[in-house]
This record gives sequence, C-alpha cells and structure tokens, in this order.
Amino acid sequence: MHIIAFTRSTPDTAANVTVDDSGKVVWDGANIVNPWDEYALEEAIAQAKATGSDATVITIGEEAHEEALKHSLAMGMKNAIRVYEDSLDSTDSLTWATLGAAAVEKADDAKLVICGKESIDVQTDQHIYQLARKLGWVMLSNVSKILELSDDSIKVERTTDQGVQQVTAQLPAVISVLKGINEPRYPSFIGIRKASKATIPVWASSDLGVELPQAVTEVISYENLPERDMTTEIIEGGSVEEKATKLVDKLLEEKVL
Amino acid sequence: MSGVQRFDWSDAFLLDEQLSEEERMIRDVARAYAQDRLAPRVIDAFAQEQTDPDIFREMGALGLLGPTIPEAYGGVEASYVAYGLIAREVERVDSGYRSMMSVQSSLVMYPIHAFGSQEQKGHYLPLLASGKMIGCFGLTEPDAGSDPGGMRTQAVRTARGYRLNGTKTWISNAPIADLFVVWAKSEAHGGAIRGFVLEKGTPGLSAPKIEGKLSLRTSITGMIVMEDVEVPETALLPEVAGLKGPFSCLNRARYGISWGALGAAEYCFHAARQYGLDRHQFGRPLAATQLYQKKLADMESEIVLGLQASLRVGRLIDQGRFAPEMISIVKRNNVGKALDIARTARDMHGGNGISADYQVMRHAMNLETVNTYEGTHDVHALILGRAITGIPAF
Repeated sequence: MHIIAFTRSTPDTAANVTVDDSGKVVWDGANIVNPWDEYALEEAIAQAKATGSDATVITIGEEAHEEALKHSLAMGMKNAIRVYEDSLDSTDSLTWATLGAAAVEKADDAKLVICGKESIDVQTDQHIYQLARKLGWVMLSNVSKILELSDDSIKVERTTDQGVQQVTAQLPAVISVLKGINEPRYPSFIGIRKASKATIPVWASSDLGVELPQAVTEVISYENLPERDMTTEIIEGGSVEEKATKLVDKLLEEKVL
Repeated sequence: MSGVQRFDWSDAFLLDEQLSEEERMIRDVARAYAQDRLAPRVIDAFAQEQTDPDIFREMGALGLLGPTIPEAYGGVEASYVAYGLIAREVERVDSGYRSMMSVQSSLVMYPIHAFGSQEQKGHYLPLLASGKMIGCFGLTEPDAGSDPGGMRTQAVRTARGYRLNGTKTWISNAPIADLFVVWAKSEAHGGAIRGFVLEKGTPGLSAPKIEGKLSLRTSITGMIVMEDVEVPETALLPEVAGLKGPFSCLNRARYGISWGALGAAEYCFHAARQYGLDRHQFGRPLAATQLYQKKLADMESEIVLGLQASLRVGRLIDQGRFAPEMISIVKRNNVGKALDIARTARDMHGGNGISADYQVMRHAMNLETVNTYEGTHDVHALILGRAITGIPAF
C-alpha cells in the first residue's frame, strides 16, 4: 500500500500577520509546517511502518512550501513531491483538489490519504472534502485514532461535537486527523541530513495528465483587522457587594445583561 | 529605494540566511525541543535545584549530544556552526541545560573521539551519543583552577594499568555520571598530563554533590574523589599527552558557550522589550522612554555583533583554520556582554525582575558562572594579551 499525506508551509502561529501598503499579506518570522499537518505526517509515518507501506508527502504550491516537504522527509516520509506551475493559484480549493487527486492517482497503489484537519493560513478544510470527491473515495473527517488498518479497510475513531464514534470503511479513503491522534516526532538529525540533500521533483498539470482548472474563486482584497476600540474601567466600592451591584447596574445599562 | 529592505530587529544582520538549510533545520529541532520540553520545567527545576537525568536521554534521542562526531559513532558529523546553534537554543532556556550538553559533547565525547583507542570509541561513543551514559570531565582541582598545570592528581603504573589518586572539583554532571574523563600527571609518562576514562563503580572512585549553588541550579555539580582507583591499561587515552589534551576539548566547549550565552542574552533582550511595551508608567509604555530604548539598542547591538563573530569562528573551525585565541575573543566577549545584558534586563523589569516567573534574574545568576568557568573572563584576556605582546602575564 502507499500512504499519501499532504502538507504546506504556513506563517508561524506566533507571527504578526498584516496587509502591507500594496495589499499584500506579510508576516514576520519564519514559516512552519501547517501545525495540523504534523499530526497527519506522524500518522502516515507510523502507519506506513506498521503496515510495511510506502509513504509520500505532497504539497501543491510555490517553492516556499518546499520547507514543509523537507521537514516531512526529515521526520521520516520516504518521498516528497511538489505540484506547481506558474499560473497556479493553490489557495483556490477546487484547483488544489483537482491537482491533488491527479497526483494521488499517479502514485502506485495509493489507498489512504491523510490530511491535517485544516490549513491555518487560509483557514479552510473544504479542499480535503473536494479531494475525496474528485478521487471518488470515502471521506472520514475528525479522526482521533486509527484503530485498524489493513490492505482493504480502515477502522477509525472519530471525535465530533456529538461524541466519539467508531467507523469502519473500505479503502481507498481520505481521512483528516485531529490534534491528539499522536505526538508528532521531531525530525532526526540523520533525517535532516538526508532531507537537505534531497532533490524534490516538481510536477506540472501536464505531468499529471490533467488540465489546470480555471480558479472559481478570486480574492479581491485583503484587509487588516480593525483596531480594537476598548476602554477599561475599574469599579471602586467599599465592599464586594457594592462593587458587584455597581457592575450589574453597568452591565444592565450597556444592555449586556 | 532599491537595495533597501525592511529591518528585522530579531535578526538584524540576517543571520538566518547565512546558515545552510541543514543548519537551519537542526536549529529548528533544537529550538522546538528546548521550548516544548525544557522551558516548561526550568522554573521549578532551578527553584528546587533538581537535575533530571532523563534530559540526556531526550537530547540523545534527538541527536543533540555529540552532533559533530561521525555517524558510525552515533553523531551526524554536523558542522560546528550547527553545534553552536544548538547551544544557543538550549541556553535560551537555561545555561544549566546547555552546560549538561556541552560537557557531554565537547568534554567527554570529543576527547574520546579525538584521543581514544578504537575500542574506547566503539564502546563509549554510541552510549554517550544516545544519552544512555552520562559523562563528566575532571580537570579543575581545589588548588588548580586557572592554572591546570599545577594539578596534583597522580597516576602511577601498576602491574595491570594505573592507580589514580587526587581530587577534582566543580565538575558538572559528576554525581550522576557513568563515565569520568580525568586528567592526571602520569609518573610513567615523565610526569606528563594524560587522560584516563574511569567508569562509575570502580572501587575508590566517588563523586559527592556540591551543595548550595546559587547559579546553574538545573545542572548538578560535584567533586571527583579518587582514592587508590585502579584502572586497566585500556583506560588511558592513548593519543594525547600534555595540556593540549584538555585544552583542545575546552576550545570546543568554549566556542559553544560563545553561542549559548547569546541565547540567554536574547531571551533577556526579548523579555525586556516585551516588558517595556506592556508596562505603562506615567501614562505611556516604558519602551516609550529614551533610557529604555537606549538600553534595548545596546542589547541588540551587542547580541548581533556577537552572533556574527561566533558564526565566523564556527566557519573557521569547520574549515580547520581556527586559532584558540579566536575562541578566547568570542567566549570572553559574548559571555561578558550576555551577563551585562541579563543584569540590565533584570533592572529594566523593575521589582518584577527579581521574580522567578520573569526568568531574567535566573539567566543573570547562571551567567555569573558561565563568565567564570571554561576560562575566566580575565584569563581569556591574558591569553589574548600573550598573543598580542608575546609576553605571558598569567
């Protein structure tokens, strides 16, 4: 079997992200692997080891995403592929899913795709569902544990707002995983050595045998968040009761209560 | 405005882009480990003076111990720049944790690799690299600190090897060590200083803890007491004689310290900056005052200059073109500046600066040791003075 994980580089969660004067989104500090993807990568490596499978990581996007691929290789993924061409808009989820599905189909014996729950940069997850739809595969979201994995089926635990459920499905399948499914490993130094020497193939839509779809969404502009307008008032009073009464009066006055 | 770019105060001279991809990735692993695993336990560990031996296993599993030695012995033959970057990330959390690592890597693994027999290398290095074995380095004695040539520890020839007698003091890791690299004057080698590898449990060998330290409290320190310790011939490090043995180890460790101390300084600088932005007095942030900004500007300048200097020395070590005096410059300068920065950051935090939670005073207390050990600030000045004038003034 061949297990595929998807990843991308995103701004650090601690980064200060702003829109500059030219309307471009900029941030300070370095990029990181999309934090949700770390769980997907760890699961792909662990499941590949347990089942004797091949493990490949794919990113769709420009060269900046190669950092995430190198990190994945250093963690222990066997192969890495970047899908890109100049006119590509990887933030358009349908474009992403079309190319992603074609890349998965090109891999030999691919039966399981593992994605992190969402991408923190564009804050979306629909691309994962669209990928499953394009492939015509089963989709299992919110996976908190893989209980069994064989050559033709998978049994998982899903954690949702309603509770925890166990689901068995036939492979091939696409799953999205939650934080807590595992503890992602740190890349090993030997892995880093191999990863830094690796040449990562770049596939264009023509290599995948598909036509680059026309993006159906268009980002018109990015805006900075409005500045918070906030005042602080300390309520004085002789006793706790007096302070509490004053607070309740204020809240009633402001129609908060 | 071509040729001008936005200034990044946290990487003023763009150090990041002067590193190889591999060095950056190693740095990122060290940073992630230090922030995820060491930072959450440091405040308690320091307060309670507790050394967690598991840290060696954790560091070993990641490859942080002896990264510069070859793969065959458990390292990855990483560059000395990568080694410095690791020290910087670990010491950003605590100088004690960095000390534990420096001793294992530079003072124990390095001499075994450089001066040991094939058997010593094959047996000890993988155990030390994985952290399964903890090592320490015995050079300083109660009456021989800056002048190690005055050591009293003696090795005499016996029928099956050597008998050692003497006392070493201020030895990091000693009370929890499995392996002791000890330097002694050997009668059988004309009184030359030779290295010996001693194993815990050898009769006559003990390592009592030194109590009451007000600095490096996360890193245990002790003595090594040797009373008629009998070792076989195979305990001798065969490939080196004289002070150049211990000094070549110290060169590596001191170089790492030059990076590490700046990690601690960066922590203090970042903390002071944030404190100044958050803390309002007289209706404005402290950071809006000229005195505060001047201090931040001084900190930033010293840190960025020190980092460039250490990077340069690291590249020269990697090219096999360094002189020990270069290391004296960066060890002395960077630790001295880091200590000033930590003390200033303590001051800038006002009363809060003495609280353990703000961490700057812990860094200042730690750096007091770092300024003294591995060649005091003044002794490094004398090394440089000798090189400049040709006159030893020790």
